[in-house]
Amino acid sequence: MSDTLADSTDAPRPAQLLSRYAGSIFWLARQMERTENLARILDVTETFTRHARDEEGWLAVVRINADEARFFATHAAPTAQAVTHFYVLDRDNPTSIAATLAQARENARLLRPLISTEMWSQINIFHHRMRQLNAADIAPSHLSQLCADIKQACQTHTGITEGTFYRDAGWTFYMLGRHIERADQITRLVDIKYHMLLPSADAVGSALDVGQWHALLRAAAGYHAFRRKFPRDMTPAMVAGFLLLNHGFPRSLVHSVRLTQATLAQLRSSYRLRGADAALERLEDLSAVLTETSIDTLIARGLHEFLDWVQRELIGLHATIAARFWPAEG
Amino acid sequence: MGRILGGPLAAYDPGQFFCELLGATAAADPATLDPSRRLILQRLAGMDLDELRRRAAVAETELYNLGITFTVYSERDAIDRILPFDILPRVLTAAEWDIVERGVIQRVAALNRFLHDIYHEQKILRDGVVPADLVLGNSNFRPEMVGLDVPHGTYVHVCGTDIVRDEAGRFLVLEDNARTPSGVSYVIENRHMMARVFPDLMAGLAVRPIGEYGMRLLGAMAEIAAPSVGEPQVVLLSPGIYNSAYFEHVFLAREMGVPLVEGRDLVVEDGGVWMRTVAGLAPVHAIYRRLNDEFLDPAMFRPDSVLGVRGLMEAWRKGRVAIANAVGTGVADDKAVYAYMPRIIRYYLDQEPILANVETHICREADGLRYTLDHLDTLVVKPVGESGGYGLIIGPHATRAELAAFREKLLADPANYISQPMVRLSVAPTLCAEGIAARHVDLRPFAITGHNTWVLPGGLTRVALRPGSLVVNSSQGGGSKDTWVLA
Repeated sequence: MSDTLADSTDAPRPAQLLSRYAGSIFWLARQMERTENLARILDVTETFTRHARDEEGWLAVVRINADEARFFATHAAPTAQAVTHFYVLDRDNPTSIAATLAQARENARLLRPLISTEMWSQINIFHHRMRQLNAADIAPSHLSQLCADIKQACQTHTGITEGTFYRDAGWTFYMLGRHIERADQITRLVDIKYHMLLPSADAVGSALDVGQWHALLRAAAGYHAFRRKFPRDMTPAMVAGFLLLNHGFPRSLVHSVRLTQATLAQLRSSYRLRGADAALERLEDLSAVLTETSIDTLIARGLHEFLDWVQRELIGLHATIAARFWPAEG
Repeated sequence: MGRILGGPLAAYDPGQFFCELLGATAAADPATLDPSRRLILQRLAGMDLDELRRRAAVAETELYNLGITFTVYSERDAIDRILPFDILPRVLTAAEWDIVERGVIQRVAALNRFLHDIYHEQKILRDGVVPADLVLGNSNFRPEMVGLDVPHGTYVHVCGTDIVRDEAGRFLVLEDNARTPSGVSYVIENRHMMARVFPDLMAGLAVRPIGEYGMRLLGAMAEIAAPSVGEPQVVLLSPGIYNSAYFEHVFLAREMGVPLVEGRDLVVEDGGVWMRTVAGLAPVHAIYRRLNDEFLDPAMFRPDSVLGVRGLMEAWRKGRVAIANAVGTGVADDKAVYAYMPRIIRYYLDQEPILANVETHICREADGLRYTLDHLDTLVVKPVGESGGYGLIIGPHATRAELAAFREKLLADPANYISQPMVRLSVAPTLCAEGIAARHVDLRPFAITGHNTWVLPGGLTRVALRPGSLVVNSSQGGGSKDTWVLA
């Protein structure tokens, strides 16, 4: 990792990082990544469904977030309007951008003693702006622009954090949250189109289908990178393989998992936090599968089931980290 | 004065009140005006009202964006509010500040001597200088503190003394805040804000810097920590993000470079205090607490407190951890004890008070009650246990019905009240809807005491933004100003 330079000379006392702060900074990173990815998912879904009045497309967003029960408790059908409202504006939905950002902002407020003033101020302004959104801002004609704005605000956060956050154990827990959330989110993004990759449906995609894989790559900011790697061809399997298993693509599953491992190792080596061992151990299965398995094998075994399993592994990892570093009080 | 008060100040009229910017010159010869004040007036006179309003709007947006706010919670929502900030500074000359600084140091010394005495020999009570029942029967007197020695005899490590000026410009103490006084974060943030939106007003003026507050506070915390600890771990103990002063807690933790902890982050084990970290329990040696006495330790005080730390008092009593401010200081800043402060200063220090009290009538005493009842329409009557300007009545501003109702309350519980003549508080030029107008102000300097006392130059100037209002509290329409002490 490139950020360990300062550690060798004057490693800050790890004891100074309160457990509560570690939990909050980890969550803050996850919430900001989650917000960015939700904006990406809504944006690509809007593209998918632009030409067909496709409720299936919007239903997929509800499904990959495992929100079916809560969504259908208050909505009759997954229309574009209902789903975008549910995921952008609805503060009663804990997985909405409004609610996630409100949680991020509460965490940032709690972390004010730790994070830079610039990090805090940007989140504060972002949060206030999102609170002022109304139904007109999420109309189909505005949604893409809104998603672009949200993405950019999240990326601004990422940049400010990189440029201003002091490199100590707090930073390391922040990075841990970011990598785990990125790993989780790429599985959800791929899952939108998993049904195109069912083992039986290995037929060549239609023109519409290829367009949708373009859009998926673009949503993950991976289109040009994919083209550089595969200039001549594009199949669903290649796209899924790129998003999940490519080592050079910064949002890929394997890249995020490798960084998660490296970050845990850094907690162990730079800050002598032995709790990281249990988390590294928890990650071994997932790491091995990603090393040993090709995309064709994953598709043959069932991509959706694989993505589900990855998500469960990451939930288990999160629980292990929480138990070691910010156990419930008492 | 006409030539000095040009531009947006042309219509400014302090009336019969002492003006903080014009000083004693308001009614006298402008030629005697302090050169720095003259320069500030000239600079303001050269500005356009719209330009001032534009800058004020920028400052307000900045305060909001930076989250220099307090949060008002409702059932459904959390609303962020800023403390209104007036961009026209309040200016004190070196000579004026000298009086305030010496007076505050004297007062803090007397408070500490008084607290040591009432929690040890109680000589002042036996000598009949202060009525014993006023102290021992006070709800803020903590029997747990009797016989406990605190480092350097310091109980009040941070003191905020509320000071006003009468029509002659005389400084008078209105109240001592010896528990957990707040507001210092606004002092420093206001200065930052002035440097951003109004650098041209301060340019070239020797205004005393205030940036060292955090270092001074940390220094005092280190002075009270057990000497055996090499580098003491200091923490700031806050009730958490739902407290209206949370921004200030964050500010001070950052300025000191120490963790901001909540009660749930701390635990008492093996007689010592520890904080929960990612590496396990880590020792804590000194606590700057912004939590009231009764919430500190559920084992000792309120058993229902979830904000405190069980066993903290015992660890403190055994010298395992230092706590600032000490427990039990509330008896010294009580409004009833306040009336005796001039006598307390003479008793312990054998000095005349440098800062006088506002003349105070104690309603628990027959004479005081009779005087108060006879002059209710000219007095300010305050309950002794309240803060924030609640529950008081300002006689000259009250209706006859309000006075009659208050008389009943007063007679029902005279010991709960003191009364004071209405001080004609000084004013300062303030940017208002109608232009630059006179608004009443007070001053809260902050004193830090470990071994010695240091006073932050200036302090918090609060301003009553409503025309004619004398109530500067933020909860009741008050704002704040940057306070400049000229070198």
